[in-house]
Amino acid sequence: MTMQRHFEQELESLKTTLIKMGSIAEEALQASLRALLEGDRKLAEHIIASDDRINTLEIEIDNAIVDLLALQQPVAIDLRLILAAQKINNDLERIGDHAVNIAESALQMRDLRCTMLLPDISAMGAIAQTMFREALDGFIHNDPKLGNTVLVADDKIDAMNRAVIQEIVGRMKSDQKTIDCGLEMIRVSRNLERVADLATNIAEEVIFIAQARVVKHHADDQNPEET
Amino acid sequence: MAIPDSTKIEAREVNTYFGKNHVLKSVSFSIPEHRVTAIIGPSGCGKSTFLRSINRMHEIAGGTMQGTITLDGINIFDIDPVILRRRVGMVFQKPNPFPTMSIFDNVSVGLKLNGIGNRKSYQQVVERSLRRAALWDEVKDSLNKSGMSLSGGQQQRLCIARALAVDPEVLLMDEPASALDPIATAKIEELIYELKQQYTIVIVTHNMQQAARISDFTAFFYLGELIEFDETKAMFTTPKRKQTEDYITGRFG
Repeated sequence: MTMQRHFEQELESLKTTLIKMGSIAEEALQASLRALLEGDRKLAEHIIASDDRINTLEIEIDNAIVDLLALQQPVAIDLRLILAAQKINNDLERIGDHAVNIAESALQMRDLRCTMLLPDISAMGAIAQTMFREALDGFIHNDPKLGNTVLVADDKIDAMNRAVIQEIVGRMKSDQKTIDCGLEMIRVSRNLERVADLATNIAEEVIFIAQARVVKHHADDQNPEET
Repeated sequence: MAIPDSTKIEAREVNTYFGKNHVLKSVSFSIPEHRVTAIIGPSGCGKSTFLRSINRMHEIAGGTMQGTITLDGINIFDIDPVILRRRVGMVFQKPNPFPTMSIFDNVSVGLKLNGIGNRKSYQQVVERSLRRAALWDEVKDSLNKSGMSLSGGQQQRLCIARALAVDPEVLLMDEPASALDPIATAKIEELIYELKQQYTIVIVTHNMQQAARISDFTAFFYLGELIEFDETKAMFTTPKRKQTEDYITGRFG
């Protein structure tokens, strides 16, 4: 019987904790969008109060990564996994922060009774959530194809963000009473666009782990011989 | 400095001499039970001498010791050396199965020499020891073959089984994998990780990366002195002494 290396167990534990953190961040994002679209004050306040869970996990994972690097001298795919885990850890914590930002906007918008462009925001939210889900699935299943799917979707959400902001600015210019709501909606739109960027980062790391390819900043395009 | 959960071996002001050569200088630290403690340091720093002091093997080479080493609180000089060396087993750098003996006899020889059990009970002990050394599956159908018929890594695991057969409490390992290839080394390292659940292990290694991989605590020796002792995690991420940091980062040694 082959003994599983305890290092492999520790890698598995790192991956499991990261997936758990991803799950919490995903729930926070879903909940923040629901709070926004339904005007749910209690839900928004709960999301804001729960951000500590994600922050605590970030520190726990950071410490585990330092230990693994110092004590195990990982190479090849193990090294790629650990380096990627460090970046994904940071990205997940940032997504948690964006969920909090959206929840804060939800509270503001509820008080202001804003309904401007909610369908567009809802559509953006759906895409951002899908991108995040697929990036996480890519990491869970070590599937670079899912990573590629996410990369392709990022341009769409960037375009939607620009369109939303343009529309809102236009409305704010023509009616000053919409400024407060408009600013919150722009904030939400930008937060969703950032979530999509972070999902893209995670997808890039998924590809890096599985295929040792660096696709960020279109690096792959610049070195076609290496692909 | 980390405080071990439960101390198995304690060294207090240990000074060891070979003639006029003062090899160990006032070494004091506690080795915790059911943990792996690694001893690292450059060549000639006294790490093997310290290891051999624990079961009084230094005396065989003419060494003398001042200070105390205790095993479960009892001074090792108040314990019969034969009993001490049964309780504190040793595995050496070069695998050394007895060349004229079979695999079976290599494992059971300690029992015979100590007058423990009989041929029938030896079979149980041999199987148990070979299983604990992660070697049983590879040799169970060839126990009558010579111990020398095994590969280097298997021979070393056979030596570990031999040490385990007399039911020690402590295993001292002096660079147990330095003569082995990477695959065999990985197997020994994984075995050490498993064995610490039942035994206290002290390992001398010149391979710092190995110490980082497998040990819970690390002692850094230099020129006969203990420079730093701490949890391995702390030693290899935030060493307290600059000398330690210079050594583990390869700046000297």
